[in-house]
Amino acid sequence: MSSLAVSKTGPAAGTTPGTAQSSPPLRRRIALVPTVTLLLGAVYCLLPVAWVVIAATKSGSELFSTFTFLPGTGFADNFSDLNAYRDGVYWQWMGNSALYAVLGALLSTSVSAFSGYALAMYRFPGRQAIFNVLLAGVLMPPVILAIPQYLLLAKADLTDSYLSVLLPQILSPYGVYLARIYAAAAVPADVVEAGRMDGASEWRIFTRVALPMMVPGMVTVFLFQFVAIWNNFLLPYIMLSDDERFPITVGLQTLLEQGANTPALYTLVITGAFLAVIPLVALFLVIQRFWSLDLLSGAVKS
Amino acid sequence: MKGAPYAHPSPTTTLKRARSAPYLFLLPATTLFLLFFALPIGYAIWLSFHKVKVSGLGLGAGARKEVWAGLENYTDALTDSELVDGALRVLGYGCIVVPVMLGLALLFALMLDSEKVRLAPFTRLAIFLPYAVPGVVAALLWGFLYLPDVSPFYFVLDRLGLPQPDLLDGGPLYLALSNIAVWGGTGFNMIVIYTSLQAIPAEVYEAAKLDGATPLQVALRIKIPMVAPSLVLTFFFSIIATLQVFTEPTTLKPLTNSVSTTWSPLMKVYQDAFGKGDIHAAAAQATIIALATLLLSFGFLRAANRRNKRDVSQGGAR
Repeated sequence: MSSLAVSKTGPAAGTTPGTAQSSPPLRRRIALVPTVTLLLGAVYCLLPVAWVVIAATKSGSELFSTFTFLPGTGFADNFSDLNAYRDGVYWQWMGNSALYAVLGALLSTSVSAFSGYALAMYRFPGRQAIFNVLLAGVLMPPVILAIPQYLLLAKADLTDSYLSVLLPQILSPYGVYLARIYAAAAVPADVVEAGRMDGASEWRIFTRVALPMMVPGMVTVFLFQFVAIWNNFLLPYIMLSDDERFPITVGLQTLLEQGANTPALYTLVITGAFLAVIPLVALFLVIQRFWSLDLLSGAVKS
Repeated sequence: MKGAPYAHPSPTTTLKRARSAPYLFLLPATTLFLLFFALPIGYAIWLSFHKVKVSGLGLGAGARKEVWAGLENYTDALTDSELVDGALRVLGYGCIVVPVMLGLALLFALMLDSEKVRLAPFTRLAIFLPYAVPGVVAALLWGFLYLPDVSPFYFVLDRLGLPQPDLLDGGPLYLALSNIAVWGGTGFNMIVIYTSLQAIPAEVYEAAKLDGATPLQVALRIKIPMVAPSLVLTFFFSIIATLQVFTEPTTLKPLTNSVSTTWSPLMKVYQDAFGKGDIHAAAAQATIIALATLLLSFGFLRAANRRNKRDVSQGGAR
C-alpha cells in the first residue's frame, strides 16, 4: 500500500518538484493512505471510551442537556453516589472480578504450563489424542457447558459460590495450545536430556530448567486467561444469584436493568462502566512496554 | 522430589520415570476436562433425551420422574418458532459481523505491515484496546451512544435537520448489535493476521519488487494468499463466537423493547432453562446449537481447504 499512497499523494504532498523521480526522498515520505486508515480505525475504537470518560463527569441533568463531548461538573458526585450505592457493592464487584481473574488465570496458567510442557517434550502413547480432545473444548459453545455445569454443581451444592465461577474456567484449551507452542519453541530437547543425565527428576527439570525458559509465553497465557475471565458474563450470570459474589460484568448488567426505567440511575451505570474499563486498559498500557501483542496469537521468535 | 539421589540412575528407571511423567503432568488438565467438559456434555445429552413425567397431582416424592423421551425434545425444539426465529436473526447478524470484522482486521493488518506508515504503534494499540473492554461494558457504552437523549450522533443529526432513525429497532438493530461485535473483535483478529504477515520472509517480496509490482498487487497477490491460513482460522473462530452471541443483546435488552428474551438461540436456551425451568428442552436446544455450530464451522473449514488445494494445483499447473 505504501508506495501506492506515496505515488498518489506525491505531487500533492508539496515536496520540491524534480526530486519526485529519485527514490531516496520518496522513501522518507509518509504513506498517507495506510496512516489515515489506521487513524480512522483508532478514532472508531477510542470513540466510545472517550465518550464514557466524558459522560462520567456529567451530572444527571447535564447528561441530557449538554453536548455529548462537553465535560460536565458532576464526577465527584457520581463517584460518591456509586460508592454509596448499596453500601459500596460496586467495589465488592470489582474485588470479586479481580479475585476471579487473578486466581483463575494463575491456576489456568499452571495447568496450561504442565500440559503444554508434557505435550511438547515427551513422546508417549495417546499424546496426539489427548491434545486433540483438549483442543476440541474450544469448539464447545459455552452454553452447552454452562447449563449442565450449573446443574451438576447444584448437585454438589456448589452453585452461587466463588468456586462455581472459578473452577469451570481453569482449563483453557487455548492456553494449553499456546503453552505447547511456547514449550516446543523455548525449551531445547537436549537441555532436558542433559538434566536427565545429571539424574534430576522430571519434576525438577520442569521447575528448574524448562519453566524459566517458558516464562514469556506463560505471561501471555496468563494475560489471555485474565482477560477472558474478567470479561466473562455468561458463566457468572448463570452460576450466581447472590450479588455479593457478582463480578463487575454481571453487576453492571443488573445495575443497567434496574436503571433502565429510572434515568436517574444512568449516571451511576455510566460512572460504573468508566471505572470498570480502567483496570484492564491500564494493564495493557503498562504491559505492552515489555510484552508484545504478537505473542497473543502464538508467535514465537526463532 | 526432594532428596532424590544425584547418582546416575540406571537407564531403565529413567525410561520408566519418563514414561509416567507426561501423564502426571497432564493429570490436572485431563481431570478438569473430565469434570467440567466431558461430564457436562454427557449430562446435557442425557437430559436432552429425557423428560419429566408427573404422576397424579405431582405432589410427594416420586411423583416427578425423569423418563426416556426419545427425540421428542429435539422435534419440539426444531418446530419451536422462537428458536427458529432466533437462529435466523443470528444468521443475519453473523452475515454482517464476520465479513465486516475480518475485512477490517485484514485491512488494518495490511496497513500496519506497509512501509513508511506513521503512528503504527499507537494506532495498533488503540484498535486493539476494545479487546480489554468486557462485552457487557462495550454493549453498555454503545447502547448509550444509540440512545437519542445522550448520543452525539443524534445531536449532530438534530442540528443538521436530518431524519433520526431509531437504532434500537427493526433493521438498524442488527447493525447496532453487529457494530458492538465488530468494535470488540477487530483488534484481536488484526493482531493474529498482522503476526502472520510479519512472518513472511522479506525475500518473498524481492522478486515482486523487481517485477515492478505495486503495493496493491503485492497485497492482493502475495500477502493475502500467504496469510490465508490465519484468515481461515479467524473466520472459523468468528463463526463459532458469532453463533453464540448472548452478552450484547442481553445487555441491550433493558434499553429497548425490540430485543426479546429469546432474541438469540442462546438467550432462548437460557430462558427455557432458568425462566421456564425446562432443563430438558434447554438441553436439546443447546445440543442442536452445538451441532449446528460445529457443522457450519467445519463446513467452512472444509470448503476453505478444498479451495486452497484447488488454488495450489492450479498454481502448479501454470
